[in-house]
Amino acid sequence: MKKKALTASTMLLSLSLVLAACGGSNNNNGNNGASPAASPSAPAAESSEAPASEASGEPITLNMMHLWPEGSSLQQFKLVNQIIEEYKSVAPNVTIKTEVLENEQYKDKISVLSSSNELPDVGLTWAAGFLEPYVKGNRFAPLDDLLQGELKDKFVPGTPEAYSSGGKVYGLPLELNIVPIYYNKEIFANNNLQPPQTLDDLKNIIKTLSDKGITPITLGGKDAWTVSFWYMYLAERFGGTELLDQSVANNTFNDPALLEAAKASQELVDMNAFIKGFNGLSNDEAKAEFASEQAAMYAMGTWEVPNYTTNPDVPQEFKDKVGFFKFPTVTGGKGGVNDWVGGPGVGLYVSESSPHKEEAKKFVSFFVQKWGEHSVVDAGVIPATKVDTSKINLPPLFIELLNELNNANNLTLFLDVQMKPVAADEHKKLAQALYGKSISPEDFLKKHEEALKAGK
Amino acid sequence: MAASFSCLYDRGGNTHAMEKVMSNKGIIALYVLPSLLLILAVIYVPIVLTGYYGLMEWDAVSPMQYIGLDNYSRLIEDGAFWASVRHSLVFAVMSTLSLALYLAVAMILSGNIRGANLLRKVYLIPMLLSSVAIAQLWLKIYHPTTGILNGFLEWIGIENTPAWLSDPKVVLWAVFIPILWQYAGFYIIIYYAALKNIPGTLVEAARIDGATSVQIALRIKLPLIFEVIKVTIVLAVVGSLKYFDLIYVMTGGGPNGASEVMASFMYNAAFDRKEFGYGSAVGFFLLVICLIATWGIRRLTATKDTIEYS
Repeated sequence: MKKKALTASTMLLSLSLVLAACGGSNNNNGNNGASPAASPSAPAAESSEAPASEASGEPITLNMMHLWPEGSSLQQFKLVNQIIEEYKSVAPNVTIKTEVLENEQYKDKISVLSSSNELPDVGLTWAAGFLEPYVKGNRFAPLDDLLQGELKDKFVPGTPEAYSSGGKVYGLPLELNIVPIYYNKEIFANNNLQPPQTLDDLKNIIKTLSDKGITPITLGGKDAWTVSFWYMYLAERFGGTELLDQSVANNTFNDPALLEAAKASQELVDMNAFIKGFNGLSNDEAKAEFASEQAAMYAMGTWEVPNYTTNPDVPQEFKDKVGFFKFPTVTGGKGGVNDWVGGPGVGLYVSESSPHKEEAKKFVSFFVQKWGEHSVVDAGVIPATKVDTSKINLPPLFIELLNELNNANNLTLFLDVQMKPVAADEHKKLAQALYGKSISPEDFLKKHEEALKAGK
Repeated sequence: MAASFSCLYDRGGNTHAMEKVMSNKGIIALYVLPSLLLILAVIYVPIVLTGYYGLMEWDAVSPMQYIGLDNYSRLIEDGAFWASVRHSLVFAVMSTLSLALYLAVAMILSGNIRGANLLRKVYLIPMLLSSVAIAQLWLKIYHPTTGILNGFLEWIGIENTPAWLSDPKVVLWAVFIPILWQYAGFYIIIYYAALKNIPGTLVEAARIDGATSVQIALRIKLPLIFEVIKVTIVLAVVGSLKYFDLIYVMTGGGPNGASEVMASFMYNAAFDRKEFGYGSAVGFFLLVICLIATWGIRRLTATKDTIEYS
């Protein structure tokens, strides 16, 4: 019996460790296998740019892992396959094999694969804090030569830099996300409401709706990063565009504007601005409240825009009701209405230990360019490469947002992306606690500072 | 060796030949080897490795760094960890107490009441569902505005219904209930089988001597299945201490750690915060706690002589 209990109790922890244990032995194999293969292919690729496909006619396979499953991200899934298909005509000897995982599973898998040095040749990464350990562990290849060469000036300024570490860029951004507040025009019209210009306007809207028993804002606080949006915007509007970046960079979190933002957050909670029980709802559940018109407003990244414009599964009747507004300003605050919270989403990396590194680099370069051409029209994804809105035909909501992006004054990178993993996790939990009113604004700041100072 | 093997194919089929084979130490080792290797590889080696990783600082990507017992001293000072230990212990106590309820249900079911057969199957159904399905089901039940639980509470006239998974004060209890529900059938079946095993003659003799049903249950049946009860207590306690899946799906340990248990804390440390060294230290600690709990329960419930049916 004792033995059985012991066996059972260790099942869970052994799971992760078995993976890690296997990794130890594969580590060597991976390296041994990589080095002899890499050396012949690399010079061949560099010496002759154009006829590379003829010169290195030897068939090679590049493994690619991405996070757009057919079920939940059909348009991205199709677009990836389309680009891979197109690449065949450019490099017929290269076969691209894909593995697709859902977002959270992808994050787990990439860290496990990385620990055993078995990363796919090409894959997706997030910026800043996520990327840092991979660069430190020498897992990603620097891509500066591409950015100086064929990709020069293709990106919205500042976006590749979010993927840099120690002066080198390790990822090519595919998406640029900003966070507008979507609202239901019909609910607003029925209650004689206009999109708010200032925080006080927003409070009036909240009060009006709340008094009538309509949920003003839907929020999926179980996924704590959605709560963080609200805090980041308030902090930005009170303290200006540099405040959060500087706080993270200097490991301090005691600016008066940060405290004001925390207090304003709890004020909104006290007004019943957010849906009942939001800290127990996932983002998907919260989203459903907006889609079923049970809630009037919803702050979410621009990755949601296709659901309100191009997605054929969403009824046109609902799409017509969705508008967006920019986060309102606060009186006396330093942040402007054209400052956005957002950040590049995922970007492509090339594995440092890939046996076909040069081929992989060529593929990612091709990929980001094609992605830039197609993504906004085909998949509704705003690319980090520049988009000329005069040349494309899209629903108005989309065009308006793209134009806003061109007018954007500055971008505050998502805090949980900026911070190191432990601090980021702490930030999200604290945001949950602040909005759940289980922590005071003062303690909220103090604990942030502690987490940042710990440097993990 | 070859000679010994040929004995196996001996058509004689007498136990004598079998004994001869089994007395050969080489053969015994050969038979034990596959399962021994398997157990070593998937259980004991990882345990040792967990202990080893617990001494490291490691983000799963950069090279490991030896830091001695720092992870453990940090563990002792980590308030969030002790909160999760407290939650796990509360849950272990609740699971153990609920065994009394399961036992009562099993007693009733084994008493040949009408429909016992059907009820037994009904109780077992949650066991057949996967944890994730159960979690999804209860997420719907607990939904603050459209869930049937709050719908019912509103229908009977309660205003300000609780936000079950959002309120730090209730969330822990809200996630325990589905877990207890999930395992109820399991324990009921174990008790039912044990009770059915009691010879009817004993109960009959007691009844002739004038014992009431309650007396039969407490004085005859309970002592006779005490060995089984001991086993279920260990299962319930250890199972609760290492419980993970439903909590992970329903709340992820949130909000702000209000429903964090040891296993979810370990997972979050390793996979969310990317501190595999620290996560391993938590895992090792969890193992030690489970061993101590098992040992403690065996000590507490030790009886001098076991009662047997005779």
